[in-house]
Amino acid sequence: MALFGRGSGNWLTSAAGRRLLPEGWLSGPMPWVIAIMMFLMVLAAAAGLALGFAARGLDSHLSGQITVQIVDADQARRDATADRIVATLGKQPGVAAVRRISDGEITELLRPWLGAGLADNDLPVPAMIDVAFVPGADGAQRAAEAAVLALGPRARIDDHAQWLAPLAGLIASLRWLAAVLVLLMAAAAAFTVVLAARSALNTHQATIDVMHHLGSTDAQIAQLFQRRIATDALFGGMVGLLLASLVIFAVGDRIARVGSDLIGSVDLPLAAWGMLALLPLAGTLLATLAARATIILALRRRL
Amino acid sequence: MRPGAANIVQFENVGLRYGSGAETLSDLSFGLAAGAFYFLTGPSGAGKSSLLRLIYLAQRPSRGLIRMFGEDVVTLPRARMPGFRRRIGTVFQDFRLIPHLSAYENIALPLRVNGVAEADIDTPVREMLEWVGLSGRAYARPATLSGGEQQRVAIARAVIGRPEILVADEPTGNVDPDMAGRLLYLFEALNKLGTTILVATHDLHLIPRVHHAQTIRLDNGRLDNGRLDNGRLEAAPR
Repeated sequence: MALFGRGSGNWLTSAAGRRLLPEGWLSGPMPWVIAIMMFLMVLAAAAGLALGFAARGLDSHLSGQITVQIVDADQARRDATADRIVATLGKQPGVAAVRRISDGEITELLRPWLGAGLADNDLPVPAMIDVAFVPGADGAQRAAEAAVLALGPRARIDDHAQWLAPLAGLIASLRWLAAVLVLLMAAAAAFTVVLAARSALNTHQATIDVMHHLGSTDAQIAQLFQRRIATDALFGGMVGLLLASLVIFAVGDRIARVGSDLIGSVDLPLAAWGMLALLPLAGTLLATLAARATIILALRRRL
Repeated sequence: MRPGAANIVQFENVGLRYGSGAETLSDLSFGLAAGAFYFLTGPSGAGKSSLLRLIYLAQRPSRGLIRMFGEDVVTLPRARMPGFRRRIGTVFQDFRLIPHLSAYENIALPLRVNGVAEADIDTPVREMLEWVGLSGRAYARPATLSGGEQQRVAIARAVIGRPEILVADEPTGNVDPDMAGRLLYLFEALNKLGTTILVATHDLHLIPRVHHAQTIRLDNGRLDNGRLDNGRLEAAPR
């Protein structure tokens, strides 16, 4: 049984079929209720998708990396240890890149706290080495850490993934929250459609009775209503998507102006927009199925 | 031949009760022969409309057996009901025309429900409008039609699908005697084409006007096989 079937029901989608239900489309509040729900659903989905892409970006950029700090007041010994560690790690299997951070970069990093005169005083600054591992190279990080500690027992090792874990956990929680919100909105939209379908059944009771007496099947009668509801849901969905898109663009513009690398990583790539654009279509399909199920279940209670 | 096998409708010990009240119909056993013409008479409250509801499949009986078109319709699966209903034409006492559709579209409805292609709808609908004398009112809505015109639209809608049996509930109740005679003429014409006709009526004067018609009289929910006021012996109801 086709959802928008042909067969004996094809006239129901024609002008003659549409005239069976007298009021035109967009005649009730349902399209606007759907528009509001789709607006909220798209915003929640956009937030979830943006956080998802941000989390993936954080994961690819920062996980599988460590920073080695060699703290030694004696600069010559510190440099020698750093050079040995760079040379040793460069030969380690599973290590993608080893780079000693230059004194200039460290000075720039510390400038907000220690001012511009760092290079002119005797304040000992640790040597820092960034190490990146080949993705999926199991055990490479452990081996590297062991080698570092063997060469410089007083070296400190910062695992980027470790200090990013709380942030990753927060992002994961927010993504779940966004997913739950999308599901709740979808459920609310489905319930709205169920109420609208029941109301339509009551309004058109006399027409349905006549149709039944003339030999209409439940599917034919359901098709009359589901087509109308699908049209309203599609309109409401597109309006909601449009309004939500405007809000997302505005929020994106604000985020870009913040200038933070971390916040700036919260972005919506083209694929995410594609997914958001599918939401009104998914909503229309959901509304159509909900309407059909409601009407057919109601009709089955009759002879 | 098995009793009742040639009948298009066969009732055996049928009873109908609404809710927990007394039986509205009791112990009905009769048959309607294919191609025959019947009047169903009886006083108000005798159960005529309830009997018709059983025949046009708007109701299942509380007990007994009803066979239509050779099949038991009491236990007929609901999914098969539409196919059976398409073989039954029904003229309701209150017409039940769809108010926002024109006379033309009301009459075309059974054909569309039955899956007839749009290209094949216009000719039979126009013929039917001609047959009931409403060619000039094809696009009028029911609210703008007189009671008699609405009745004729209802009859045209009931017969356009060439049903095997036509069930009419007080079809002359809202029309003047002249129009009642014309409606009976329409029913006779359809009967000559082979359709079984069952007309429920209070108006006993109608009965002698259809010479070959048989009469079923209901009283207090039971069959009454006595004589009618016009003195003509009614046919044995089976």
